[in-house]
Amino acid sequence: MTAALDVSRRTFLVTSAAAAGGLALGFNLPFNGGEALAQTSPEINAWVVVRPDETVVVRVGRVEMGQGTLTGLAQLVAEELECDWDKVTTEYPTPGQNVARSRVWGNFQTAGSRGIRDSHDYMRKGGAAARQMLIQAAADGWGVPASECSVAKGVVTHGPTGRTTTYGKVADAASKLEPPKDVQLKDPKDWTIAGKPVKRLDTAEKLNGSQIYSIDVQRPGMLNAAIKACPVFGGKLKSFDAAQVEGMPGVRKVVSVGDNAVAVVADTWWRAKTALDALPIEWDEGPNARLSSESIAEMLKEGLTAEQTFVGNQAGDVKAAIAGAAKTVEAVYGFPYQHHATMEPMNATALWTNDRCEVWTATQNAEAALATAASAAGLPVGQCEVYRLNLGGGFGRRATSHDFVRQAVLIAKQMPGTPIKMIWSREEDMLHGYYHPVTQAKLVGALDADGNLTGLHMRISGQSILATINPQGLQNGRDPATFQGLNPSGTEGVLGYTIPNLLIDHAMRNPPVPPGFWRGVNNNQNALYLECFMDELAHAAGKDPLEFRRRLLVNHPKHLAVLNAVAEKAGWGTPAPQGVHRGLAQHMGYGSYVAACAEVSVDESGKLKIHRIVAATDCGHAVNPQQIEAQIEGSFAYGLTALLHGEITLKDGKVEQENFDTYPIMRMDEMPAVESIVMPSGDFWGGVGEPTIFVAAPAVLNAIYAATGKRIRSGPLANADLRRA
Amino acid sequence: MASLTINGTVHEVDAEPDTPLLWVIREQVGLTGTKYGCGIAQCGACTVHIDGVATRSCSLPLSAVTPEQKIVTIEGLSPDTSHPLQKAWLELDVPQCGYCQSGQIMAAAALLQANPNPSDEDIAAEMTNICRCGTYNRIKAAIKLAAAQSRG
Ligand code: FES
Ligand code: FES
Repeated sequence: MTAALDVSRRTFLVTSAAAAGGLALGFNLPFNGGEALAQTSPEINAWVVVRPDETVVVRVGRVEMGQGTLTGLAQLVAEELECDWDKVTTEYPTPGQNVARSRVWGNFQTAGSRGIRDSHDYMRKGGAAARQMLIQAAADGWGVPASECSVAKGVVTHGPTGRTTTYGKVADAASKLEPPKDVQLKDPKDWTIAGKPVKRLDTAEKLNGSQIYSIDVQRPGMLNAAIKACPVFGGKLKSFDAAQVEGMPGVRKVVSVGDNAVAVVADTWWRAKTALDALPIEWDEGPNARLSSESIAEMLKEGLTAEQTFVGNQAGDVKAAIAGAAKTVEAVYGFPYQHHATMEPMNATALWTNDRCEVWTATQNAEAALATAASAAGLPVGQCEVYRLNLGGGFGRRATSHDFVRQAVLIAKQMPGTPIKMIWSREEDMLHGYYHPVTQAKLVGALDADGNLTGLHMRISGQSILATINPQGLQNGRDPATFQGLNPSGTEGVLGYTIPNLLIDHAMRNPPVPPGFWRGVNNNQNALYLECFMDELAHAAGKDPLEFRRRLLVNHPKHLAVLNAVAEKAGWGTPAPQGVHRGLAQHMGYGSYVAACAEVSVDESGKLKIHRIVAATDCGHAVNPQQIEAQIEGSFAYGLTALLHGEITLKDGKVEQENFDTYPIMRMDEMPAVESIVMPSGDFWGGVGEPTIFVAAPAVLNAIYAATGKRIRSGPLANADLRRA
Repeated sequence: MASLTINGTVHEVDAEPDTPLLWVIREQVGLTGTKYGCGIAQCGACTVHIDGVATRSCSLPLSAVTPEQKIVTIEGLSPDTSHPLQKAWLELDVPQCGYCQSGQIMAAAALLQANPNPSDEDIAAEMTNICRCGTYNRIKAAIKLAAAQSRG
């Protein structure tokens, strides 16, 4: 072992001892943000710690927000490590530790369905390297060559003599060995833990109230804060009359937060919120005070015919194809703003002193949270730390912005030495989202006399997420993410259809409403626009929607395979039950190929029932098939909530929906049966947390057309009359 | 000072009479398994039992609860996570983020108490709690599994 490694390990032990309250996931001990636990177990490498009782702790840079990421990554490490799966647990290193150790745990961001597909390689190698070191340590102990030893379930056996020892016994010696330079990874077809439908590691705590979420954090001497920011986007705080509420029960302080918010700090959150509701506040509403959904729609409509656009995909001469078509079809679609509505509202706990700032929070990107905390604290990153807790939902909100961390730190800074837990009310959460962006699309298709699609122009008009959230990601002003799933090539999201004359372009129109990454991101509307329009084209051409798509997908066998799989399983082309109608959709995004066939009925009064959706996904490698099925169901519930109910509207510069009474979420009675086909074809790694969301809404809309003859081109369905045309 | 009986223990709490029971449970009593989701009786994350009835505690003021009423929270549903529903939830790996699950399990427990053999329709009609992660189908399957196992 080199001196440098020694130092970094010692640094790690010190910082983790200080941080262990947040480091341990607390599967055994309920985390109470309490005092440090001694970190004495040997670290084989950054990923693997083996305790004397044989517990294997897998350290994970990504975070758990419901998608089973922790379990999947632990499966991959355990697979290579050859340990006993029943003894595996996980923990989070902190972003401060990651910085101190040259980002040994890689990227902490958990978004874009990247939790597994972007970290499987280094994590599997971490497991394999640890296995080699543990076997070597056992061999050294016996004075035999490592090549004579084998391991199964954490028990090392010396073949010639039959002697055995365990990982727990040799861990200390292994931790002192030089890590191997090269490791061999298993062929996935030999997997026994990965690829299997094992149970999640984090379930038991979620059944008895013992899992501690960020909103549950307790710190000694902690006070609670409730906050209100100017409800008009871009508005500022003008004044407030603290004297009116300072005498109310429990109130300790009323503080301004940045230039646009005010918070009440009290002994309990309920008392803080009660005082905040009674606090007279004046806002300076600023330039957006007249912004409305109508004015935004006008702005987007203009973009549908604008001359200046960014091109996403182009082939042939689409103008000529449309001009020379035997038949053209034209339609305008739209997709309204959506809110993330994580069940756990935004919150963070912060402790600030002159020389240190600590934050406890739920984040999809703890390194970004740390940077935000440091800048708000006015301290170097090295004097700040963020402790992660499992998320009560993320869906992109807790990756897009750490505004809630900034606010908590700014409040704590005004009460040095006192930990402050700031919680947003549901209303605050609803009014200060980073919303799924708003777009419209105009599609024009050209059919020849035989009903073949000879040309397609898809014009998207609307908001770019990157232009607001990450302008460095723009390419000469163009937002490449606008074209998710519509790209000519690449590994993320390729358009499956081969159309000789094609133009997909974007007129960027950015209303002053903060946009964010919302589960599935731009694939949601891109799939809806294109897959519903494909259905329109098929009907205009007098062709079966499945056959029509199949012909256009001949050059993309993976796209075709998932579509064929759902069609076959759903019985496309065979009679559906009385009154039930089917619709199809396919799409590729986040590296995975997905398709759905929905079955719906619509009664005389126009009431919709979604009976069943058959879904297929080819995600390359399936690390945990039963969790993939859970993600298919979960993503459908999220996507269908948007289709059925989801619409954020604006009036006078403010969001009009403040809670679940006006922004309804799908409940059990609306949830369809879901039949999943997980069909990994094996030579790539695609995502699973998001991709299936893309196809739920267009498949249902196409089935509604089949049932009613009505083309619904913009959600939510709550606004539509579905009675038969 | 008000007196509450929660999970078999009497707690003296210092809170204004109009404080929602949810926040008394979370902040004064310190039991954080009961969750805040909306505060307006829409989502069910705050569901507890009061004398066996599933109740959305965010919308019930402290003054409406008497010391004699028996409040049960998720922490008190069983001493060792052995309630048939908790076992079924574990068996079927129901939770995703888990945030809604305390409320879901408490709502389901009251449902089974009243109707030990619910149909799919009964379950869909009674289980109106929101799960943003979309675990509904597994929740339904777990309720049926628990009902079947309780029948023996
Ligand atoms: S928090 Fe009580 S119903 Fe939502
Ligand atoms: S499991 Fe996340 S809200 Fe239900």
